[in-house]
Amino acid sequence: MTGVWIGAAILLVVVLPIVVVLLKGVLDAAKSIVPAIDSIATTAEAGSKDLDAAALLLTTQQQVKETIAGVAAYGGSLDVILDDAEPA
Amino acid sequence: MSAAAAVFILAIVLIVLALVFFLVATILELRKIVAGLDRVIVHVGGIVEKSAPVNEIVGDINANLDAGVAALEGLLVKKAGMNDAVGLVEGLYPGAAAAGLRDFPESKDVVPPRIGEVYTKGTLTLARLGREAPIAAASPRGAALRNPAYGSSAARALYPAGREPGAAELPRSPVIGTDSPEQYERRDDIGQPRKKFPAKQS
Repeated sequence: MTGVWIGAAILLVVVLPIVVVLLKGVLDAAKSIVPAIDSIATTAEAGSKDLDAAALLLTTQQQVKETIAGVAAYGGSLDVILDDAEPA
Repeated sequence: MSAAAAVFILAIVLIVLALVFFLVATILELRKIVAGLDRVIVHVGGIVEKSAPVNEIVGDINANLDAGVAALEGLLVKKAGMNDAVGLVEGLYPGAAAAGLRDFPESKDVVPPRIGEVYTKGTLTLARLGREAPIAAASPRGAALRNPAYGSSAARALYPAGREPGAAELPRSPVIGTDSPEQYERRDDIGQPRKKFPAKQS
């Protein structure tokens, strides 16, 4: 009978507090992750919206090609009508 | 059942209750985390999808811009010479001559000339462009620079009726200078101390 009393006392005084502390730690850790996940989701959403303008890069690419083609045409004309620098 | 057994069972029940409470709460929090991660994955997928072609496009844009810069630098150096090209760049963007021209590493060693020299040369180049260039020589009216009347005829075209009537009767512009026919006496007080007037009496 004494052994049962000792076992019950150990369960109540040692095991139960340890279980509660450990589980509360796990719960607190899980609760702390939720706001971080929410902020990550918000940031990812904002980043995704910012990249909506990435499609305009196709327009930029085309315009750069046309601009460089124009520059090449003007450069070719200037090369014809302007004298070269005199050699030093 | 003895009291000791009852306390033992009570301790077991308390432990199980604690396990249930905390594990259920943890499960609920983990479900929130899963839901949040699902949202993150959706948006990250959008980011990956939208940014996938960026590298290729930006690389192509940079390649085109590199070609443009190389062509312009080459043309500038070919037409103005290395010294004037560096001077012109320095004049437009002070301090840029230290970096030199990208396709001409030797340009870093060039001491940039003053912008005035480059500007003068540029002005002459522009003038030649308009008045001496082959394209101007091909004008049906001939080369502009070799026909002095051609330049004044443009201003004369503003007055197609010729000289204003009565212009001959208008007084001539005054002739000034030491040899001018009309000499005026120099005032004596010029250069002298200013006159001091008496103080006003109130």
